[in-house]
Amino acid sequence: MIELRHIQKTFRVSRRSAGLSQAVKSLFRREYETVNALQDVSFTIRDGEMVGYIGPNGAGKSSTIKIMSGVLTPDGGECTINGRVPWKERTAHVREIGVVFGQRSQLWWDVPVIDSFELIRDIYRVDSQAYHKTLSRLTELLQIGEIVKTPARQLSLGQRMRCEIAASLLHNPKILFLDEPTIGLDAVSKLAVRDFIRAINRENGTTVILTTHDMQDIEALTERILLIGKGRILLDGSLSDLKARNSSHKTLTVAYEGGVLPSWEEITVKENKEGRAVLSVDTRTLSISEAISRISAAVGVKDISVTGESIDELVVSLYQEFAI
Amino acid sequence: MKLYFKFVAMQLKCQMQYKASFFMMALGQFLVSFTAFLSIFFLFTRFHTVQDYSFSEILICFSVILTSFSLTECFVRGFDVFPRLIQSGNLDRILVRPRGEIFQVLTSTIEFSRVGRFLQAAAMLIYAIPASGIAWTPDKIFTLLLMLIGGIAVFSGLFILYAALSFFTIEGLEFMNIFTDGSREFGRYPLSVYGEGILKFYTYIIPIALFQYYPFLYLIGRSDDFRLSLLPLLGFLFVIPCYAFFRFGLRHYQSTGS
Amino acid sequence: MKQYSSFFRIRFLAGLQYRTAAWAGISTQFAWGGMTILLFRAFYESDASSFPMPFSSLSTYLWLQQALLAMFMAWFFDNDIFDSISNGGIAYELCRPCDLYSMWFVKNMAIRLSRTVLRCVPILLVAAFLPAPYSVTLPAGWTAGLLFVVSLLLGFLVLIAFSMLIYLSAFYTISSLGIRLLATSVVEFFAGGIIPLPFLPESIQPFFYALPFASMQNTPFLIYTGYMQGDQALWSMAVQCAWLAGLVLVGRLLMRRALKKVVVQGG
Repeated sequence: MIELRHIQKTFRVSRRSAGLSQAVKSLFRREYETVNALQDVSFTIRDGEMVGYIGPNGAGKSSTIKIMSGVLTPDGGECTINGRVPWKERTAHVREIGVVFGQRSQLWWDVPVIDSFELIRDIYRVDSQAYHKTLSRLTELLQIGEIVKTPARQLSLGQRMRCEIAASLLHNPKILFLDEPTIGLDAVSKLAVRDFIRAINRENGTTVILTTHDMQDIEALTERILLIGKGRILLDGSLSDLKARNSSHKTLTVAYEGGVLPSWEEITVKENKEGRAVLSVDTRTLSISEAISRISAAVGVKDISVTGESIDELVVSLYQEFAI
Repeated sequence: MKLYFKFVAMQLKCQMQYKASFFMMALGQFLVSFTAFLSIFFLFTRFHTVQDYSFSEILICFSVILTSFSLTECFVRGFDVFPRLIQSGNLDRILVRPRGEIFQVLTSTIEFSRVGRFLQAAAMLIYAIPASGIAWTPDKIFTLLLMLIGGIAVFSGLFILYAALSFFTIEGLEFMNIFTDGSREFGRYPLSVYGEGILKFYTYIIPIALFQYYPFLYLIGRSDDFRLSLLPLLGFLFVIPCYAFFRFGLRHYQSTGS
Repeated sequence: MKQYSSFFRIRFLAGLQYRTAAWAGISTQFAWGGMTILLFRAFYESDASSFPMPFSSLSTYLWLQQALLAMFMAWFFDNDIFDSISNGGIAYELCRPCDLYSMWFVKNMAIRLSRTVLRCVPILLVAAFLPAPYSVTLPAGWTAGLLFVVSLLLGFLVLIAFSMLIYLSAFYTISSLGIRLLATSVVEFFAGGIIPLPFLPESIQPFFYALPFASMQNTPFLIYTGYMQGDQALWSMAVQCAWLAGLVLVGRLLMRRALKKVVVQGG
């Protein structure tokens, strides 16, 4: 059980301006700016949930993750995870969590991955029987049996990320924080990582909190989304709620010959040239079948396809809606 | 403790991947402190004494400072490169692991090439012990050992202080060099040669004199007060405020990145 | 030429931006200079007759050394250059329409000068107002002042010409770190960075003067304090010119050979 209430965090950054005279002035006086990374963040996550934490760059995603993992101390608010305050009982708390920072490595660069695993086992004081059980399961699920004997520096990004994830799970944590786990990976590795996360959540009941910019990750993995912007939680709901709320618009792509597309009140023409048109229909005012029959009455339709709003567009429209 | 040796083994394994580099570094370290030795040697061929301290007495002083510094540097180097640990974000990783922060910082970097400096220090000590003309009774041996241990404590404190400061300013850290590198450089000579004010500073603010100057007086027989040889133990007290300051800094840690 | 001056400007502005670093550096150097002077005072009090120069000359020497540290410090290297050699980025540099040796040379000058300009004034100002024998004094005379300026420039160029050789060594070794450390300690010691050369025993001084390192900070500082005068000063400056020419020549030759190797290996 993760509970955050009114968490706040501010950073102080110095401001630097251009030009020689400004630079000389700043030798003696410097101005500081206070950045409210987190203004008021509250949410609750139950055991075994899988939550996508999304928001644009600089919205405060990583700061929240770092507070929940005991790295940062917030300026205000409360946070309890499994009954503990992360930054107060750091060592006890981190024993129960696993963290993957997508852009950084926790493996020792110059030695075989398996050596790193063994050291991590000792750091977490995992007993040898449990370690072997977990390790064989992880190597099988992540298909890293072949590569654990290679030094980390010789691995490809995808191979290394799979090893990183394994390293974060060797101590069987109850909660797993993934900070952009699929960043920079190729399609195959992405799918492997997603499959694995799903499996670990379903079979072990591990709570997973995932930050990402890859909306396919969200779509493939999470039921619940937390949207953060400008240091506040803007939206907390299930993915299907979100879709229902925003997907009243359908996109029609039409290839046609002969005739001219007239303009209707209920259909917006987004693009129309050389016999190919992209139209948007608001299904609350006009049904899809009605729209299609109107179009085929006006022009000779060669091909037609109907798509809902993609999750990427959904998120962009959310950002616009909240002006972040 | 067992885990510490596993870390040591891991670091050794990593560094032995680059053997040529390792030996060049060790040789370089050796040479750096060797030129320091030469400069003292040359100054003494010209002046013979300084404040009535002889060459071999100065060597005792120099080797005590250098031995304790190089040992500290070898094993407490994690604090020396702490700013890098912050900037690279690796401190985050340390903080999500269930072990003490100090322990993990200590094990994050162990620089074996510093052994070059240590060898130099040890060689001087071995030369100076008989050459100084000190009668090595048990109490003197005890004093010398305390000096070395106290030195390690004070230098560790300084390194921790350095790391603690880097939570607040990375740019301003150069200032700390006066205390870390400066203590090593200027501590070659008994601190009294710099005058009363400096000696006081190094006694009450940065307690280098506690393990270097006062017990040294007893060691070379300028004072009969055995209490002086116990002063290095006070150096351990210095670690306490440094560590407290480090904890304070950790609470204000801002982390890097998005 | 324009590209060099704008490069210098950017460097200088960047240096100014780091206010705390500048103050920290200045106070560190000031403390360092002060401690060194106090150490020599102890030697002076032990045996004043063995002191090779008046005490105030030594103070001046040491303050100049601190004020102009960024010009002569041997341990400073531009990591970009080492990186470009070891990771093959040098291939890009070779595509640019300028001479690589001169470019690296000027780059080094710019970095060092911009740091010096920022730091030397406060140090010299404060040092000038210290009580007499510990303060920095004016040059020994008009000619000394004039010769100092020329010799300072020459010494600066000699140092950079030498550090170019260290950069070039990176073409031939896997790890330049050890060589850098080695070269640094050698230069510092033989150039008079640890103790001024006149303080060495007379018998071994000729050996030190036979090396290029004496033509770096030693010559200008000794001219300034009046320790080197007249013909001796002019002779030392001639030696500076000779070393400069020699080191640049060797550097250019090595560079040409190294680049050939790079081209043959395909970068």
